[in-house]
Amino acid sequence: MDAILLQILNGLDKGSAYALIALGLTLIFGTLGVVNFAHGAIFMIGAFTAVTLSKILSASFITIDPTQQNFLGQPLEVKTPYLVGWFGESTGMAIIDWAVPLAIIFSIPIMLFVGYAMERGLIKHFYHREHADQILVTFGLAIVLQEIIKAFYGANPIPTPAPDMFRGSFDFGVWIGYAENAIIYPYWRLVYFLFAGIVITAVFSFLRFTTFGMVVRAGMADRETVGLLGINIDKRFTIMFGVAAAVAGLAGVMYTPINSPNYHMGMDFLVLSFVVVVVGGMGSLPGAVLAGFLLGILESFASMNFFKMIVPGIDQIIIYLVAIVILLTRPRGLMGRKGVMEE
Amino acid sequence: MFGLTQKDTKFLLIVIFLTMATPILLQPFAEDSGLAQFNAGYPDLMQRFAIFGIFAIGFNILFGLTGYLSFGHAAFLGVGSYSTVWMFKLLSYNVMPGLILGVIMSGIFALGIGYISLRRSGIYFSILTLAFAQMSFNLAYSVLTPLTNGETGLQVYASDPQILMGEGALTTTHFFGIAMGSSWQVEFLGRLFTFNFGYYFCAVIAVLAFYMSLRIFRSPFGLMLRAIKTNQTRLNYTGLNSRPYTLAAFVISGMYAGLAGGLLASMDPLAGAERMQWTASGEVVLMTILGGAGTLMGPVLGAGFIKYFENIFSKINDTVLHGWFAWLPDGLEDALIYLIHPFVGKGWHLTLGLLFMMVVIFLPGGLVEGGQRIWALIRRKKKDGAGPDAEHHPKPTPHVAE
Repeated sequence: MDAILLQILNGLDKGSAYALIALGLTLIFGTLGVVNFAHGAIFMIGAFTAVTLSKILSASFITIDPTQQNFLGQPLEVKTPYLVGWFGESTGMAIIDWAVPLAIIFSIPIMLFVGYAMERGLIKHFYHREHADQILVTFGLAIVLQEIIKAFYGANPIPTPAPDMFRGSFDFGVWIGYAENAIIYPYWRLVYFLFAGIVITAVFSFLRFTTFGMVVRAGMADRETVGLLGINIDKRFTIMFGVAAAVAGLAGVMYTPINSPNYHMGMDFLVLSFVVVVVGGMGSLPGAVLAGFLLGILESFASMNFFKMIVPGIDQIIIYLVAIVILLTRPRGLMGRKGVMEE
Repeated sequence: MFGLTQKDTKFLLIVIFLTMATPILLQPFAEDSGLAQFNAGYPDLMQRFAIFGIFAIGFNILFGLTGYLSFGHAAFLGVGSYSTVWMFKLLSYNVMPGLILGVIMSGIFALGIGYISLRRSGIYFSILTLAFAQMSFNLAYSVLTPLTNGETGLQVYASDPQILMGEGALTTTHFFGIAMGSSWQVEFLGRLFTFNFGYYFCAVIAVLAFYMSLRIFRSPFGLMLRAIKTNQTRLNYTGLNSRPYTLAAFVISGMYAGLAGGLLASMDPLAGAERMQWTASGEVVLMTILGGAGTLMGPVLGAGFIKYFENIFSKINDTVLHGWFAWLPDGLEDALIYLIHPFVGKGWHLTLGLLFMMVVIFLPGGLVEGGQRIWALIRRKKKDGAGPDAEHHPKPTPHVAE
């Protein structure tokens, strides 16, 4: 039993990332009808805003400390972050330590802007072209964004640790009455899962309980009629593109401590998140979230030795297998609306 | 001639001439001149032109004619490579059995994957092929290690059986005794021309592949494929089952990819799983679109263009740039180089991405359409449609579904 629980927990963090990216993808597809291959790149940009913030925060000035000496016998150069100089030792270091959570605030306006600029600058010219063209141009955009990041940050992964208090693991099993050391779980993954839950709830409540969200949902159901009622639906959809970018960006920000970001992390996630969207059903928001968590957990179950013994290599292909089966037997996905993208 | 119209025969002959003269045409700058690095007439690169030309021609039969965008063609390239290297390991370094097995194996794979994927169209088809390719890639990396040698890549070892290897047989890849690496070099007017057997081997196969694709384009089968691209629903309502046609196109293009993969392994007896990654499938998509999907010559041009830039453009570093702009005032020179730097050398992918986006946005017909537009500007005689060769470039499909 505890083994099963452990696998579910392990699947949750990846599942959360899938769910967040797929949620953004579906928002874009459901509102604008655009297949966005650059969404992985947005996730990556989000991760790199965290990297940037942590670099900015730890910007240092150099002082020469005559009391200490380096191995050549010369006075030691001591790097002190500006923040420490301004706020004192403890506050300054604490701010630097909390760079990743701080990046959440920092990244939301940036990602909203990135999404807005992308939609106005490029995507809006592709509404009336084929899906293949949309895939191609966003694929090109993904390459460009990825190369820009590579030019600035280099090709190597940049470790960006979580705040000190969330580093390491804790004994989750003891909390819920299992024996000690049965279920060891890293703090940050729990944080990630909770964070994903908050973001998903926020997006859904935004769509469900605000007038703006209501109009957007109406537009998703029937864009033309909403337009005829005198509502500027295009503008709202553009804002939704920004929101989708922000969701993917936040997923990226919080993912940095789990995996050090590098320039092609977006491409790695892109394929999987598309699979997630398809399994959940094109255009269905709850479907995307559900499929994200399901596939994450399924993937982690498949990596158990028990299943690997029955079918070797199952952990590598399980997600794709599920996607193929779903596409062939139920093309509108788990929760897709009947008749939407059901070719 | 060859069952073609006069115009097509002329076209084919021009292609044959260009392919055969490539070692000369790509070596336009003298060895000691500053522009020598733009020469592309060395065997390794020319082989790649031909091989990726074949790959792109095959992809174009599927995407250009039927409009089905596959994001998984690299899987067939990988299958072709692995089969060929296995033939080297088991039989001998003669490339012929390897190429045949490569084509057959990739054909079988394409039949299986195509049969399933073609049940869906549009974006679902793209994602299905993507899923299959990623599955093959992941498996090749992990469980199939006995077959693929995992991360190291499959290669020929001295302990391999190689049962057809006679005494004193060649220990490099060869075609019935002629080594792929053997070259004949001529120096003429300060230019060094290399006539490499490997290149000519690939080139002859590429010309045959091109001829095949020309015949397919002109055949009733090709017309049927175009009809599928234009309006599949309507075709279905006329009582035609379009699946066998799309499946045939898929298998043919898969076999082309397998052939290209086999040739890659024939030039360099090594096969790695990274050849199957989905970004490799993306590359052939880039080639085809950049050159002009649905045109005969476009994919080859696109393949040549990308491979040329990958090899030549990426070699331009700051030293070279300083050499070029040395005549400018110092400050200006540095500023200019600072501006150009991100786009060349290691950053050439950025240029490629930008160029690709430009093409998709402004020139949906690719380089071929660009050429035709310029040609039409120059001629400006007739105004009956898209340039002088309307047949090579079918008109864009009307947007039926929204």
